Amino acid sequence: MDTISTAENHTEMEQVIVAMQDPDLGIKMKNQRLLITVIPHAMTGNDIVEWLMKKYSIMEEEALHVGDLLVRHGYIYPLKEPRNLVLRPDESPYRFQTPYFWSSQQWPASELDYAIYLTKKNIRKQGQLIDYEKENYNLLHKRINHTWDFVVMQAKEQLRASKQRRKADRIVLECQEQAYWLINRPPVECLTPRLSQRDRGKQSNTKCEHSSRMCPITHITKRTLVRVSGLAFQDGRGVEHLKKALGRSRVKSSICLESFIKYSEQYFSHDPMMHGCPPSNPWITDDITHWALNTNTVSTPTKLRVERWSFRFMELLSDPLGRLKFMEYLEKEFSAENLCFWEACEDIRHGENSRIPQKVSWIPHRQFLAPGASKWVNVDSKTMEKTLEGLRRPNRFVMDDAQMHIYFLMKKDSYPRYLKSDLYKNLLVKAIAPQETKRSVFPFMRRHRHSSPNPALVAQALEEDGKAKRLGSPRITSPATSP
Amino acid sequence: MLFSPWCALEEQFIANVSSPASAARARRSGRVGLATASRSTSDPHPAEMATHELHPNDTLTTLKMESENLKAKLEEERAKLHDVELHQVAEKIEALGQFVMKTRRTLKGHGNKVLCMDWCKDKRRIVSSSQDGKVIVWDAFTTNKEHAVTMPCTWVMACAYAPSGCAVACGGLDNKCSVYPLSLDKNENLAAKKKSVAMHTNYLSACSFTNSDMQILTSSGDGTCALWDVESGQLLQSFHGHGADVLCLDLAPSETGNTFVSGGCDKKANVWDMRSGQCIQSFETHESDINSVRYYPSGDAFASGSDDATCRLYDLRADREVAIYSKESIIFGASSVDFSLSGRLLFGGYNDYTINVWDVLKGNRVSILFGHENRVSTLRVSPDGTAFCSGSWDHTLRIWA
Repeated sequence: MDTISTAENHTEMEQVIVAMQDPDLGIKMKNQRLLITVIPHAMTGNDIVEWLMKKYSIMEEEALHVGDLLVRHGYIYPLKEPRNLVLRPDESPYRFQTPYFWSSQQWPASELDYAIYLTKKNIRKQGQLIDYEKENYNLLHKRINHTWDFVVMQAKEQLRASKQRRKADRIVLECQEQAYWLINRPPVECLTPRLSQRDRGKQSNTKCEHSSRMCPITHITKRTLVRVSGLAFQDGRGVEHLKKALGRSRVKSSICLESFIKYSEQYFSHDPMMHGCPPSNPWITDDITHWALNTNTVSTPTKLRVERWSFRFMELLSDPLGRLKFMEYLEKEFSAENLCFWEACEDIRHGENSRIPQKVSWIPHRQFLAPGASKWVNVDSKTMEKTLEGLRRPNRFVMDDAQMHIYFLMKKDSYPRYLKSDLYKNLLVKAIAPQETKRSVFPFMRRHRHSSPNPALVAQALEEDGKAKRLGSPRITSPATSP
Repeated sequence: MLFSPWCALEEQFIANVSSPASAARARRSGRVGLATASRSTSDPHPAEMATHELHPNDTLTTLKMESENLKAKLEEERAKLHDVELHQVAEKIEALGQFVMKTRRTLKGHGNKVLCMDWCKDKRRIVSSSQDGKVIVWDAFTTNKEHAVTMPCTWVMACAYAPSGCAVACGGLDNKCSVYPLSLDKNENLAAKKKSVAMHTNYLSACSFTNSDMQILTSSGDGTCALWDVESGQLLQSFHGHGADVLCLDLAPSETGNTFVSGGCDKKANVWDMRSGQCIQSFETHESDINSVRYYPSGDAFASGSDDATCRLYDLRADREVAIYSKESIIFGASSVDFSLSGRLLFGGYNDYTINVWDVLKGNRVSILFGHENRVSTLRVSPDGTAFCSGSWDHTLRIWA
């Protein structure tokens, strides 16, 4: 089982198991009747579920889920139908697996032990080995043939010793052993056992998950790094890092945490999972109106969207429509060059590496920074000096300081004025506020789920459109260009 | 500009420590009973000690002790400003009501464990990758598969959708991150146009495009993260500091857009400056591997999910862990986490096949979602917050809303 591989899970599961067996607070165990024998120290599936529900204050479904995990990892095994490693919330009897057999003990389940187990079974119940067990038995017989006499001898010895025991004890030991081998040598063809409620009643096949040996990759690869030689260097650097960290400035928790409250409250009505989604959530009703109303090319944006632009400057800039509207405003105020400059800097920062020198030399310098430039931006002298110095060796970060300066300029000056402007207020007034539609009365009337153009197709079409224009050939109308 | 006050303090700090006397004091306090005989040469000249270079004669033990001392001091400093707990501040807000989320779509088509997924900016398309090397692009709304690529390696643990929607990046055991431009010509073999961008010395655990199609950030089992130029495949910046495999990363949504956080098998979550390659902040409170990290929508905090069965919230300005999301009945590790749009909800996919939904502010669990039949390996909320997608080892992906 893939989940067996992590040690943490074992300790956690074992903690639960130990708590369950606590003489005072654990599950009350009784003798359980199995056919005509009485098994001591057993409990019912119901007992387990109820105990989990009470101890962890969880609902039945979750308790069943946790209990099921414990069974499938071999900490609890069923007495009836031992191959069905599932927790039934009824009167079915279960027992705790002895710690000797816990998976975390990593008791090497060697081939020899498995051979002895299978041989015992074969002798005891002639020809009653299951298919996969028969296969394994034959395989082992071939592989360790040289010690087969030993195997048979051991098997016979163990069987004889067990006959000396009381029947109840014998059955318990057999069950424990069987449960152990079911976990450690599961059948090769595996399906995961269903966890859903509806399957619980059915008699599912005896299948278990792959053992950790089958899927070792995540376990191994997660811990491939063993940096022993570099450790001294690592620690040296770590010390430097810690010293720096000590000197860093921090903000009081009360201030930081208050901001989370404010943020969540501000965005509450914008969060479809908290507040619903006008007119409806497309995933629930199959109606894509919500998406259609919020595209980047829509002529009238929705109220929620326009409101959101007022929350923070970054919201306005990161929404292409918001940025467009802001640009319109700035053009009226004759300060559009700031935004243009910011966009040009973004292009440098995130664009292709090879085009940086070209972009840097041409765009910012000629258009924006040189005195008397057509779109001159107002950068303070210190920043200007630093930028011009950096322009001699263009790299993607050379415009960072200037970009930051202009960004904060817009944030402090243009942005608040925009929010107070008639342009913005008009947008709010005209904005669409769709009503939340009720779920359709007939849930069987499923809407047809319309597909949308693939963004890659849109991009391709735009490119072709552009090419066509340049070549003067007739326009190719594509679905992408329609609003 | 975000770090200037910190930078100024740092310079002051270094100036203080640089005096030979204080440096000598600092060194002596870090050693307990360490005889000078262990040093092969005589004590270094005070001027040498004033510099912060690693002295070749420092033994592992001295460094470790100094490290431990500093760590303790750091925790003390962090605790000084911690005057209130998150759930206390959150007492005044209303508790969340009954929460109902169901599976709205099930995407079947992978023949093996789904390991990773990512949303397209168009809010309905996704890319997913699986153990058998298949990378599939779906229109999750119609459940149609639009593209499929078979990678030459198995265990494709990372995949990402380009911001333009025109390409996907993926990688895994091949130690590389490759970018596939999405072509709509049915006859065209996507694999032919593949571009190898990143090269690591161990498996690729996570990848993400930055704000454009031109740069990719990767994390790897070789313990490093790296920033690459897609066009040329050039390494732009590498990030060293994790002591073990790095398993996850997330880019900050902040105004300055220059930082990202990574989590690794060394139980640490590190915040990095993309420009300088320096680790700005580090958090080490988890008790096991950190499988997933995700920024809070405002960028002032991030959440992490770990094998220790807890999810935690770290505030960047307070420089500390501010919340732990755990329950005694949750025994298995969290493999992936993500926030809802307002940041009020935290969704966690766990190795026990369930998804737990947490109230980020009050700290309690709001809901538990069943449905997957094997461990949940990946979970992302859609760009507009209308739904989230979970991928699982049961070969399927589910959209919940």
